[in-house]
Amino acid sequence: MEAQLPKMRPITIAVVALGGEGGGVLADWIVDLAQHGGYLAQATSVPGVAQRTGATVYYVELFPNSAARTAQREPVLGLMPMPGDVEVVLASELMEAARAVERGFVTPDKTLLIASTHRVYAMTEKIALADGRVEPAALLAGCREAARQLVAFDMAAIADAAGSVVSAVLFGALAGSAALPFPRAGFEAAIRRGQVGVEPSLAAFSAGFEAARTDHPAMPPPSSPGAAATLPPPELRELLDRAARDFPGEARAVVTPALERLRDYQDADYAREFLARLAPFRELEQRHGDGRGALLAETARQLALAMTYEDTIRVADLKIRASRFARVRAEAEIKDGQLLEIAEFFHPRTQEIADTLPAPLGRWLLRTSWARRAVDRTTRRGRVIRSTSIGGFLALYALSRLRPLRRRSLRFASEQAALTAWLGLVAQTARDDYALALQVARMRGLVKGYGDTHERGQAKFDRLVALLPQLGGRSDASELLEGLIKAALADEAGQALERAIADAAALAPSPPATAGRAAS
Amino acid sequence: MAERSFKSEVAKLRLGAGAEFRGEGILAVTKALLQSGVSYVSGYQGAPISHLVDVLADAQDVLDELGIRFEASANEAAAAAALAASINYPLRGAATFKATVGTNVAADALANLASSGVTGGALIIVGEDYGEGSSIMQERSHAFAMKSQIWLLDPRPNLPSIVRAVEHGFELSEASHTPVMLELRIRACHVWGSFTARDNARPAFTLAHALANPMRDVNRIVLPPASYLQEKEKVEKRWPAAVRFIEQHELNEFFDGDADDIGIIMQGGMYNTALRALEILGLADVFGESRVPLYVLNVTYPLIESELVRFCVGKKAVLIIEEGQPEFIEQAVNTILRRADVQTRVDGKGMLPMAGEYAGGVVKDGVRKFITAYRPDLIVERMPPLALQQPPSERLAKAQQALAGKVHGRPPSFCTGCPERPIFAAMKLVERELGPQHVSCDIGCHLFSILPPFNVGNSTMGYGLGGAGAAALSGAGGRRAVALVGDGGFWHNGLASSVGNAVFNKSDNVLIVVDNGYAAATGGQDVPSSAADNRMRATGNSIEKAVRGVGVQWVRTLTRTYDVARMRDTLKEALTTAVKGPKVIIARSECMLNKQRRERPLARKRMQAGARVVRERFGVDPDTCTGDHSCIRLSGCPSLTLAPNPDPLRREPVTRVINSCVGCGLCGEVAHAAVLCPSFYRATIISNPTRWERLKDRARAAVIGWLQRRMDWRLAAA
Repeated sequence: MEAQLPKMRPITIAVVALGGEGGGVLADWIVDLAQHGGYLAQATSVPGVAQRTGATVYYVELFPNSAARTAQREPVLGLMPMPGDVEVVLASELMEAARAVERGFVTPDKTLLIASTHRVYAMTEKIALADGRVEPAALLAGCREAARQLVAFDMAAIADAAGSVVSAVLFGALAGSAALPFPRAGFEAAIRRGQVGVEPSLAAFSAGFEAARTDHPAMPPPSSPGAAATLPPPELRELLDRAARDFPGEARAVVTPALERLRDYQDADYAREFLARLAPFRELEQRHGDGRGALLAETARQLALAMTYEDTIRVADLKIRASRFARVRAEAEIKDGQLLEIAEFFHPRTQEIADTLPAPLGRWLLRTSWARRAVDRTTRRGRVIRSTSIGGFLALYALSRLRPLRRRSLRFASEQAALTAWLGLVAQTARDDYALALQVARMRGLVKGYGDTHERGQAKFDRLVALLPQLGGRSDASELLEGLIKAALADEAGQALERAIADAAALAPSPPATAGRAAS
Repeated sequence: MAERSFKSEVAKLRLGAGAEFRGEGILAVTKALLQSGVSYVSGYQGAPISHLVDVLADAQDVLDELGIRFEASANEAAAAAALAASINYPLRGAATFKATVGTNVAADALANLASSGVTGGALIIVGEDYGEGSSIMQERSHAFAMKSQIWLLDPRPNLPSIVRAVEHGFELSEASHTPVMLELRIRACHVWGSFTARDNARPAFTLAHALANPMRDVNRIVLPPASYLQEKEKVEKRWPAAVRFIEQHELNEFFDGDADDIGIIMQGGMYNTALRALEILGLADVFGESRVPLYVLNVTYPLIESELVRFCVGKKAVLIIEEGQPEFIEQAVNTILRRADVQTRVDGKGMLPMAGEYAGGVVKDGVRKFITAYRPDLIVERMPPLALQQPPSERLAKAQQALAGKVHGRPPSFCTGCPERPIFAAMKLVERELGPQHVSCDIGCHLFSILPPFNVGNSTMGYGLGGAGAAALSGAGGRRAVALVGDGGFWHNGLASSVGNAVFNKSDNVLIVVDNGYAAATGGQDVPSSAADNRMRATGNSIEKAVRGVGVQWVRTLTRTYDVARMRDTLKEALTTAVKGPKVIIARSECMLNKQRRERPLARKRMQAGARVVRERFGVDPDTCTGDHSCIRLSGCPSLTLAPNPDPLRREPVTRVINSCVGCGLCGEVAHAAVLCPSFYRATIISNPTRWERLKDRARAAVIGWLQRRMDWRLAAA
């Protein structure tokens, strides 16, 4: 028998998906397609708890009935993908496609990889305090490198447009790729026999089919609701023109939206103050900068964000705008004849209330125990306000109309002081270490959010400010601070930051006192 | 009711002789049981055998026609104990559960059954949850078969072989008066294939006959002196009888090959993977025609000495493909060959890894090593180009380097709107106030708490043992440990081991009973406290009554787990109250997966019928979200995800709620309880509103619209 071991081999297909994402349906479609197309089909999967949103693999092998008949033998079909021996890998999401590459299912000599480029973020990406997302380009590059052929496009967008699911688009792309010996009609018949959401599935299927055959897949128009850009009022226009004149490229890209934001937040004078506070940094940039204007841009960005801190007035203002109602309607996919009610979840505490009051009154409230207790009682639980009811809307409307009082509020005073201090720090640092100054400017980004989040961020910011004197003069100061900022964003409690500080102290020629404390 | 309905599968159970059965391996087993004329089946669900239990639960009519009793057992011990009916009576019975966790629980009953010996065929069907996707400790059922002397079948993973194994299993059991264990790996249970059906058989001797004229034989009861006799009988009578049956009926298979100076011995379950490895190496064709002789053990215990010797004689070496450890078969083969003075070399774990799943690549590498060691000529001459370039090729290596560290783990997690999530959100909030707690976990979906974002939990000791796992730590130094148990685990074993035990030992710990109304992790089967009324089972039994019944004084029942503040306060109270003795918090809200399965279709129908339907979902305002994501860290709901920040001045992605949101309300509750941020809103979508609602809406739109136009005008104006 040596001579004639037939080379006839089964078609091997792996579906990599997330539990509950319809990967099973896709596998069933493939099996049904094959069985009606004159092929033996065997599918296996590993369900169980892996199905609960975890990464799972469905594996299918196809073998022609005719070959089995001529041989008068049943083929022995595999129960799991063999690295280096998978012809088609269908991936319902980009990171899962990359996982298939890591596991060796996708190989350059053999595998057609059909993948959706949309991202379903992993928990570890989502829980980051800032931006923990993996660079999608890197994932896609890995897939392209490993695959014999790559068919990749955003199938989630197409599925949404068709009111269907990714698996239907994948099935269409599989048909479009012509990798299997079955006609398009066979695929569509399998969907019909499946009897689950047939019409939308067929629509998604054919969109996927076309997309897989064209280099420029059919993309649905991006649905981005929100306020249509209106022509800025004269007084702002004058400021914008000035900014366009005075600021170099990178900074201008920041200053323009900043001015609009500040005026939207308070008024044109407030925007003017912003330019005034920023003015000295133009000169600093010219003197110490490398021409790219990084420090000026970052300072402008942080300054604008800090000046437009979220207070109750701002939140109320944003919540009741027509543009916002429109955005919610779009997100909730409201159809004609349907009604929409919006309920807001607020939990203002005594601190926030005092912050909104005129400074003296606010201070009084915070230090007068009986008054504080009285307010505390009313703010123990969160409030749900229906902004679509007249009462709820009016309450928020009234709050938003307090805007003129903001400049006299307790929070405004403290924020202004903090800003002045921070700007001074940046300016002073810039004079002898431009790179470090850039990090000091970035550092302000740690202070953000509301309630506990804001307090934690503030504490970390203060911790770093206190460390600056020791960093000054070190050649690696900016790298160190950059590392510390990264560490500050590693966890909520700030343990990573303390560890990083201890390490930094260890690096130092003579470990400074505070760092020593930090280490202990 | 189970996660999905199995009515269509039930129809397959009625197929008659000659008809083609198409379906999952585990359903083929179910059909084979009916063909073999079983009188009773008992089982406890768990991947990968849940479907067997679920289908029979839906197949009451078929079972009635055949006079079969089906027990949805309280646990695996109960399932195994039911096989006692086959000790005295010529009744065929089967018990099924997940291995090895289920076999651990069943061990007591199995050992007694095996010692007593059986008259009617007794089959134990274990789903071996080993390797990829497994949710349990990695062990082998083989050890249980050996210690109790239960014969172990491990058939080739195709439907005809599996069905044959069931039918032979009963005959072997009766021929040797010994219970038989049928081991099916997870992929074999879920493999989709076909076989030619036979008619279902109604047992001649029925359960009614047994009850009408009870039989007893004191020698079949485990008590001295009978127990000593039973051990002798095992080795002197039952074992030889089994060996005879296995030889005569050729349960194990031999496949010849021209390279007959070597050979491969394998567990039947490894056959397809081993064959594919040989095929890729150019040593076999796709039809299983192998150049290397094969000895396939469809029975892995006991081993048949004569067959082994016959296969090995004249071979310089054999490879044993045996998944899992310890390598019981390899050790036994060595002993057998030594005794028979056969000099054939035995390779096994030396060429294949000692531990871990024998996936395709692993087996291929092992076989290649073996062939290269003893018959390199076979490979060099005949290996097709495919196998010549050994993946990973350079390009692949390059790609994998590029991806290194970029592909994050994606373990299973709580579903969208899961009612268990808020329990752990509350625990995180309590942790912020009282510091970290020791948390003893149990088995079930709630065990996902040990993973991000919650990272809650220190150990898990087994089903229903959450409370028992915290026993030693009770009240040490004035602190209390927190223990968890699900409603599944509670009824499986928890009431005695975690609650009664805590009462009796005056434990001061806190036990949270996560009551989602189902054995959710295993597919949403009913448990005694399930709310759904079930024609075949007695549901609606109160957990609180049961807990008070065994003597717990401090009990709190929360009927809406999504109320995070309440959950947090109750937990704090339990941890700080002066009351001594165990504190039990029953946290009840229905499993969202099952709730949606039930309600979605109904809502769709009502909407099409023009009836008023209200849907709620949550959302985040991107212009107030500052991209800190603490909401995600306190929830981890799949419908909470990230979106690019629309604000040109901000870089961090904002939180976004996608339309898969089921409006469970956790986001809002967390935002309140944790004082997070004002970005969350609840959108209530009313389809087919009443006339009054439409009127109200128009009035609102008029007033609000007018004010909004004024705002816009003010913004636009200087």
